[in-house]
Amino acid sequence: MGFLSKIREGLKKTRESIFKQVRRLLSFEKLDDETLEEIEELLITSDMGVKTASEVIEKLKERANKSDNPLETLKEILRELLKIDSVEKHPELPPLVISVVGVNGTGKTTTIGKLSKRFVNEGKKVVLAACDTFRAAAVEQLKIWSERVGVDFISQGQGADPAAVAFDAVSHAKSKAKDVVLIDTAGRLHTKHNLMEELKKVHRVIKKVIPEAPHEVLLVIDATTGQNGLVQARKFMETVDITGIVLTKLDGTAKGGIVFAIVRELGIPVKYIGVGESIDDLRPFNSDEFVEAILGTEEFEENEV
Amino acid sequence: MFENLQEKLNRVFKSLSGKGRISEKNIKEAVRQVKLSLLEADVNFKVVREFIKAVQEKALGEDVLSSLTPDQQFIKIVRDELVKVLGEKNVGLSLSSKPAKIMMVGLQGSGKTTSSAKLAAKFKKEGKKPLLVAADVYRPAAIDQLIQLGKQIDVPVFVGDRKNPIRIASEAMAEAIKNVHDVVIFDTAGRLHIDDKMMEELKEIAKILNPDEILMVVDAMTGQDAVNSAKVFNETLELTGFVITKLDGDARGGVILSIRHVTGKPVKFIGVSEKIDGIEPFHPDRVVGRILGMGDVLSLIDKI
Ligand SMILES: Nc1nc2c(ncn2[C@@H]2O[C@H](COP(=O)(O)OP(=O)(O)OP(=O)(O)O)[C@@H](O)[C@H]2O)c(=O)[nH]1
Ligand SMILES: Nc1nc2c(ncn2[C@@H]2O[C@H](COP(=O)(O)OP(=O)(O)OP(=O)(O)O)[C@@H](O)[C@H]2O)c(=O)[nH]1
Ligand SMILES: [Mg+2]
Ligand SMILES: [Mg+2]
Repeated sequence: MGFLSKIREGLKKTRESIFKQVRRLLSFEKLDDETLEEIEELLITSDMGVKTASEVIEKLKERANKSDNPLETLKEILRELLKIDSVEKHPELPPLVISVVGVNGTGKTTTIGKLSKRFVNEGKKVVLAACDTFRAAAVEQLKIWSERVGVDFISQGQGADPAAVAFDAVSHAKSKAKDVVLIDTAGRLHTKHNLMEELKKVHRVIKKVIPEAPHEVLLVIDATTGQNGLVQARKFMETVDITGIVLTKLDGTAKGGIVFAIVRELGIPVKYIGVGESIDDLRPFNSDEFVEAILGTEEFEENEV
Repeated sequence: MFENLQEKLNRVFKSLSGKGRISEKNIKEAVRQVKLSLLEADVNFKVVREFIKAVQEKALGEDVLSSLTPDQQFIKIVRDELVKVLGEKNVGLSLSSKPAKIMMVGLQGSGKTTSSAKLAAKFKKEGKKPLLVAADVYRPAAIDQLIQLGKQIDVPVFVGDRKNPIRIASEAMAEAIKNVHDVVIFDTAGRLHIDDKMMEELKEIAKILNPDEILMVVDAMTGQDAVNSAKVFNETLELTGFVITKLDGDARGGVILSIRHVTGKPVKFIGVSEKIDGIEPFHPDRVVGRILGMGDVLSLIDKI
């Protein structure tokens, strides 16, 4: 059989093999090499990366003898990897300023739309700042979200200085006693020095109005992202003070395993997940649920038990 | 940041016995290094496994070239195998109908709208008369985005009733014929491959249009799951090729190898900037070094 057709064959079996190995894990007292290899493969295909995956496998080997439920042990290890303190920031005086950043097309603007709905539901008064003044119709896109949710919208149109828009929005919020400002920044690749400097400037200018702001800087990562996600997180963290991750597009088949590497190496907590394009499709991150989803055990249990 | 694969391979062959040539003994570690490098580049796990197997068989059967050290020879085998899978040369667009029709499809945020406008700008530069069609009626301001891009490059944008993508597509064709456009580019909404209803919509549009090209737009930063979405899009629509965007970043772009493997369809263009002229024809040989995580070594081998 040719190389290409073999691959096509093989892929058909991905999902089946995941269930198979979970089953084997549940029933085996000890882990054999084949099972371990399959688990490692499962972890790598979640985009966790080779390094993190082999670390997990090492831990599993160490602890396997001490436990009679390897699957529970595996889950425990994965949960531990994600366990870092995620503190909600509350400024002494409103407004709370949240800046949303990330590479192109990850879901920043959509996440801001969803977030503003959450705050409004809590009875908060929200201001959206259209600081993506570069991409075509980015301003209009955010405006539509502000209308959907019914919140204030601050913009200076396309081509304006993003820092000036941010200054406007934060000043407006402060003087009008608003509770939350959400800053929508343009997508930018972490490799573009001038764009990263621009982001720094936006944050610097915000501090002129409120020295402790932005209180939160959320980095939006697309769940389909591979190993570059770690590089992105590292670079954004070097530039601005990232306080949390939003992992979007988890409603697809991508598992978002890259966040294990990000949390482990950079210590940034995952705060929200995006599970669709609609206004209510944003959830607080829950590591238990996430670990179940990575291992595909939810479906397994539904089907088999 | 990554240690160059070349340095690693060099060390592997130096430190092992039988260093004069590639042997079963020393090849194991070398193959492992290539495997790790490909995984680091986000090539799909299963694709890597098959690829590595092919490389291993090749390497053991190969005659020794006296002009190359074992590591160089090994890299050459890997390189040749990669080029073989990716295709030797660039595959261009095949636009035979009048007007020619190009459908842009893909997951959310991959770069469809931007790439549609980039292609239109390219056609215009070549003296053609393109028409852009805004068939994304779902995403907030998606139509506006295309209208603004059309203005920038002075290419008309058909928006129709702004509600029904299927009707928009067929009305756009009437418009294109009336105004004698020679190439029509359809920007569709981003969608998940597992969203049956949305995939069905694409199928219907394709049925009406019978496009010359159906290009799936894929983000260069995509990881392991790319094989799943590409496979379903290809099975649903019979893609004619891919556009890989955001290659101006530092993603290694292993996704290129993965999707080529599972679909057999060529990458036709790459996106290399957010700007409207940031699109280039794809040349397989130029991306090999990037996927492998080694640059100049390859040009050295090329000379031999
Ligand atoms: N399926 C799914 N789609 C999403 C999700 N979040 C965002 N999207 C879609 O992803 C695409 C890009 O979203 P945007 O919010 O425009 O992304 P962005 O990061 O603001 O993009 P730029 O500003 O261009 O960098 C849109 O089609 C959104 O509808 C999600 O959680 N699930
Ligand atoms: N750096 C870079 N950015 C790109 C490239 N292609 C597209 N983008 C950016 O990626 C983001 C998403 O691009 P769009 O063209 O809106 O993507 P889309 O696939 O139409 O998105 P949806 O319609 O929401 O599914 C925007 O910020 C673009 O500017 C590229 O080649 N390089
Ligand atoms: Mg945006
Ligand atoms: Mg679009």
